[in-house]
Amino acid sequence: MRQPVGHYPGLRLWTALFFFFLYAPMVVLVAYSFNVNKLAMIWGGFSTRWYVKLFTTGGIGEAAMNSLLVAVIATCFAVAIAIAAALVLVREAGFRGAGLSNALISMPLIVPEIVTAVATLMFFVMLKNWIGFDLGLGNIIIAHCVFCIPFAFMPIRARLQDMDLALEQAARDLYADAWKAFRFVTLPLLMPGVVAGAMLAFVISLDDFIITQMISGPGTTTLPVYIYSMIRNGITPEVNAASTILIAVSTALVTVYWYVSRPKKT
Amino acid sequence: MLRSTTSNWFGVAPAWLVIGIFGLLPMFIMLAISFMVQDPYGGVEWGFSTEAYVQFLFERDLDDSLILNTIYVNIVARSIGLAAMTTILCLIIGLPVAYFIARQPEDKRNLYMLLITIPFWTNLLIRTYAWILILTRNGVVDARLQWFGFEPGTFDLLYTNTAIFIGLVYSYLPFMVLPLYASLEKMDFRLIEAASDLYASKWQAARHVIIPLARPGIVAGSLLVFIPSIGAFIAPELLGGGKRMMLGSLIYFQFATARNWPFGAAVSILLMAFVMIALLVYARAAKGQGLPAGGH
Repeated sequence: MRQPVGHYPGLRLWTALFFFFLYAPMVVLVAYSFNVNKLAMIWGGFSTRWYVKLFTTGGIGEAAMNSLLVAVIATCFAVAIAIAAALVLVREAGFRGAGLSNALISMPLIVPEIVTAVATLMFFVMLKNWIGFDLGLGNIIIAHCVFCIPFAFMPIRARLQDMDLALEQAARDLYADAWKAFRFVTLPLLMPGVVAGAMLAFVISLDDFIITQMISGPGTTTLPVYIYSMIRNGITPEVNAASTILIAVSTALVTVYWYVSRPKKT
Repeated sequence: MLRSTTSNWFGVAPAWLVIGIFGLLPMFIMLAISFMVQDPYGGVEWGFSTEAYVQFLFERDLDDSLILNTIYVNIVARSIGLAAMTTILCLIIGLPVAYFIARQPEDKRNLYMLLITIPFWTNLLIRTYAWILILTRNGVVDARLQWFGFEPGTFDLLYTNTAIFIGLVYSYLPFMVLPLYASLEKMDFRLIEAASDLYASKWQAARHVIIPLARPGIVAGSLLVFIPSIGAFIAPELLGGGKRMMLGSLIYFQFATARNWPFGAAVSILLMAFVMIALLVYARAAKGQGLPAGGH
């Protein structure tokens, strides 16, 4: 019998191996976080003791709080800035600074993280030495806001591009002022894009390591920076537990984002 | 809708303020610092100097004569080599996967995409750290081999170039598969039938139909893998043990340990130059292919 056209042998196996490669390391990490044995590599039985130990030894709680605080505030600012920019750049695409503004917003996506990290570090050190500008955790929030903007911007722009202008024009025809039309027509229609953008920005902020590591000091440690210092001090089961928690948070957020942003079936 | 140019600028002003001041301005300051001199306390001294760039190739002898120094050239070569190999391997692994997924029914396609997106958004530090558990002596693989009577340490890849390579491929593989899938998903599969009707073999169809149609995805995916790979910091640091440096770890070292800002800034500028070259190659390849010019 002839195989269907466009069918290649071994593709299914190849794809299965691909997903094995993608998930096996994460599965190993999660599994070993429940290992009772103190030697991380040798399986001794199921236990949640490392999670208990993780939460009873100080430091990580503060780091997690910092991470959340930074992610929430940076996301709020990034989303607000992205909405304002997207409204102009989609609807007035012809205006003079549009090309340059688009380039500026996508800049953080193109520059390698390590370069952004050290450039930001030097800038903050100079600001501190010259004009005494040092906001502590605020510095980290500002840096996160910069690279969160493009991630918030992309889904919001995509949503705006697909949106029908007629409803907004109808609102204006019915004597709604510009603000009311935006508040009661545009923004609700834009909401799926806003939620998707906020989720992306939040996960990106929560996951950032290199930039935060560079500019954080005592008292402004975030969760990834804390985990990195744990890894530097040797592989311990607590690292596996902390990593598992972060994997769970990211997975949950991405799955929610997925269901919110995927096109509705008609 | 009536909007003046002024109110247009009002809308993009916050983005310009935040990214302009805290993203773009620091880059220009970094460029300036790369032409300054290191002061002994870890800061910089004012004045123009190309010392940081000279230092990249030469060492100063006691009598101030220049001696060729290949340490940093080797780091550049390792970075470019590993980034290129990572890009190629990601392409070889990713293309059949993207093709297979693109041919599935819609429900399955969505599920596969979710499964690829999850690692994409999972913390890179953690995903790289997981490989330590696998690659190390007495690690997951080595311990299993010991069950079969092998000596401990038979499988010990940690702190090798191979380990960095595996880490990079693992880190950036989703960046390759997603754009490949995006271009293959839109493909009209009747073209393959047409090729087959015209007596093309399967491999001829792949060579002359599928790969040309996947080209926008191949170009975009290669860029998305190459750029973060060449500037990688986490993989060389955790899996290379910090001794086998790449450009990213060299830059980090200049700020965290050596405290040589001008040199660190100069290496960053060099890395940016490589990124710019990659973007130009992309722009050229994207021309006339209906690809977004910005890269995203």
